[in-house]
Amino acid sequence: MKYEIVIGLETHVELATESKIFCSCGGHSNQEGPNTCVCPACCGMPGMLPVMNKRAVELAVMAGTMLNCQINKYTTFDKKSYYYPDLPCAYQITQWFHPICTNGCVEVKTASGSRKIGIKQIHMEEDAGKLVHDDWTDTSLVDFNRTSVPLIEIVSRPDFRSKEEVVAYLEMLKSTFRFAGISECEEGAMRCDVNISVRPEGSTELGVRTEIKNMSSLVSISRAIEYETARHIDAIERNTEVLVQETRRWDDIKGRTFSMRNKETAADYRYFPDPNLMPIVIDDEWFESIKAKMPMMAEEKAKIYVEQGISEEDARDLTSERKLCELLDKVAELGTSPKTVAAWILTDCAGILRKNGKVIGELSIKPQKLFDIISMVEKGTITRGAGKKVLAAVIEKDVEPEQYCRENALDAQTDSGLIASIVKKVIEQNQNAVKDYLGGKTKAFQALFGACMKELKGNGDPAVIRAELEKELAGKQ
Amino acid sequence: MSNYITEIDQKCEIAVDDTILIKDVECTAGSRILGGFVPLFDAEAVERIKKAGYGIKGKTNVGEFGLDIIGETSYYGEAQENGNLIGAAADEVKNRKVKAALCVDLNGAPRRAAAVSGQTFIKPTYGTVSRYGVIPCACSGEQIGVMSDSSENTKKFLTIIAGRDDKDGTSLKNDSYDYESKTELSEMNICLIKELLDAADEKVAARIRSVVNFLEKSGAKTEYISVPEVRYAQAAWQILLAAETCNNISRYDGVKFGYRTPDYKDIDELYIKSRTEGLGILSKETLIYGSDVLSKGRYDVCYDKALRVRRVVMDKMKDVFGKYDAVLIPAGSTFEYKKYPLDKAFENVYKESLFTAVSSITGMPAIVSCGVQLVADHLNESKLFEIASKLDLSEVEK
Repeated sequence: MKYEIVIGLETHVELATESKIFCSCGGHSNQEGPNTCVCPACCGMPGMLPVMNKRAVELAVMAGTMLNCQINKYTTFDKKSYYYPDLPCAYQITQWFHPICTNGCVEVKTASGSRKIGIKQIHMEEDAGKLVHDDWTDTSLVDFNRTSVPLIEIVSRPDFRSKEEVVAYLEMLKSTFRFAGISECEEGAMRCDVNISVRPEGSTELGVRTEIKNMSSLVSISRAIEYETARHIDAIERNTEVLVQETRRWDDIKGRTFSMRNKETAADYRYFPDPNLMPIVIDDEWFESIKAKMPMMAEEKAKIYVEQGISEEDARDLTSERKLCELLDKVAELGTSPKTVAAWILTDCAGILRKNGKVIGELSIKPQKLFDIISMVEKGTITRGAGKKVLAAVIEKDVEPEQYCRENALDAQTDSGLIASIVKKVIEQNQNAVKDYLGGKTKAFQALFGACMKELKGNGDPAVIRAELEKELAGKQ
Repeated sequence: MSNYITEIDQKCEIAVDDTILIKDVECTAGSRILGGFVPLFDAEAVERIKKAGYGIKGKTNVGEFGLDIIGETSYYGEAQENGNLIGAAADEVKNRKVKAALCVDLNGAPRRAAAVSGQTFIKPTYGTVSRYGVIPCACSGEQIGVMSDSSENTKKFLTIIAGRDDKDGTSLKNDSYDYESKTELSEMNICLIKELLDAADEKVAARIRSVVNFLEKSGAKTEYISVPEVRYAQAAWQILLAAETCNNISRYDGVKFGYRTPDYKDIDELYIKSRTEGLGILSKETLIYGSDVLSKGRYDVCYDKALRVRRVVMDKMKDVFGKYDAVLIPAGSTFEYKKYPLDKAFENVYKESLFTAVSSITGMPAIVSCGVQLVADHLNESKLFEIASKLDLSEVEK
């Protein structure tokens, strides 16, 4: 029999705010050491009150808008009670009754086509801390750095029919949120609970559903879905086991899912409205101002780049990183063509980073400096080769481009007398190439040109070299 | 029995309930479970008192988390006077040991204490005084108020601590408050709620009558009305208070601060034993009740309904204040709170909350003066101070 997989996702995404959701501690969970980013509030000390981080609300509204959700004008926060050592107050502040966004949908593209996935809701909540287990001393330690880091949880409808769709959806969320600056989506900043059931194809009834909790790598998610699907089908076809609705844990090393202890899952969370947080009213004025601040979506931005003469492939590469777009736009604004800047970023900068074992996403260069290099090359003050050298120095050591050129004698050699003597010397030493050229092999010109440039340590003005070389060769004909 | 759990500086003139945090001073909230907890910061109200040039004499004893009738459930002992229970802060004020005391009113304990000891206590409009640095229990209703020997002093110290604080999301927007009266007592209409008068003992009823006589003599009009909703206010506040308290005191688990049981074999036993040994019976009963009203299947019929009742009571009281400047009611059923077995605490506290629940659940201001309670509409403290200042000068027994 053929089976259909039905999957729904709950995706937690860490918001890229400067501070935590209800206190002024730094907002990122990747801190230097354990408990370095905590205050009495996020440690759950009595007497501290939660104060809403407005930026978190704005980022949630942006996320909802991008996923085509309805943004609810009236939204509230609720308390969810449970005991766990990583939860200092024994309650988590979340949105249970009135989430900020509802009823959205997104298009997911896979090799087998494009399908719509419904978004049931997006709600905001605070993250919990982290437990670190030390097997050596048989103790568990608590790190509260992550406590109260703002999250959104995106709850999809059970609309996925394959693991490919799940992966495509998560990749789409990742790139969209990264590009919009909603989340850095770094390692662990996006976590997923997968709800999965299996039914005979054509059936309209849902099968028994299991939930695989807390996975962050796309590879694990994909493997877990594959494993769980097979387990369900086995259970249905061969009665290997009785499926029950339960929560399971994915073990990446063993490559299978395990039922979680009942104790960890069968809780009554006793939700109720948090009296310390006033309802948030997102009026039209605020909503419009958030929308105005929203960056363009990656796809739109890419379209604009193509119109500006950048190739589709380059446009796609540039829009994989918001930083690159920002850099390109700023450099272009200073007075260069976007196409030229794109080439410098994607070819030269990327090459230098690659040599240093880095990726283009790690590029950090002041727009003004990149502009200075490009314009020196365009004006002919330095050669393209020298430009690359300066660029490397700027990326690696953040030097001043013009000063660096002066100090390293990189300025282009334009003295036509000197160049003429070098051209003569090169022609002397490369009689074969000269013969080839005179015999009609125009390619040989490039070889002679290259030899001249080499003599000039790459700093010769190409126009002057070319002119001198042409003059000299013409005399030989 | 000392009125203080911790003494700070004998020379100073202000006492602070042990449910309000002072930097580097142990804060127990009258509970064993917080024993040894030393906060890292001052409550906003304390900071304002210090900024105004006053010092803190010490942390006055309170009933566990301030939940009880008058302070009788403190793990650290109760204040008594001739066999009668009396609030520690009220006792300090009464004996002129301090000028004023800051007390957290979450279920009426300081109001009853003031009535019993003839002192003045104001619980201002919810959101007036920052709750930053208050041991949280019933967050939707608790407020810091001022206990003093006169309406004048009460007003003076409330003015110091009241005002907007960005650290408290429920703080109202006013930076400061002007409590000077705009309405003379002689122009006021004051009503009495029959249901509450009928529930008080003869001494309390007599006091109410003498206050009414004085008000009438002063030119105010008084009228008796029926507000059956007060019974619902009592029940609904019990639900909200218990649920919020249950949630807030869940954090005391013996792990991070406060009391920890000496022997345990794993984390579950650490939690259970620390809480079993650390919490008193009233807190435990409140916890059980609070867990129940929030649990699956019970939320809609209990907690959600209580929220709706809060709205109904609010609307009713707004109606009342459309016609009257203030409501005159008892602060408790009696002036003589006797010791009782603590396993009756939950029941006894519930009974007494009948008189204080209207102000607790609506967040409307209430003042206790001359042993009686006056409630006004939100932000109408000036009317309460006007009445209380006249009562201060009256012949009415204190």
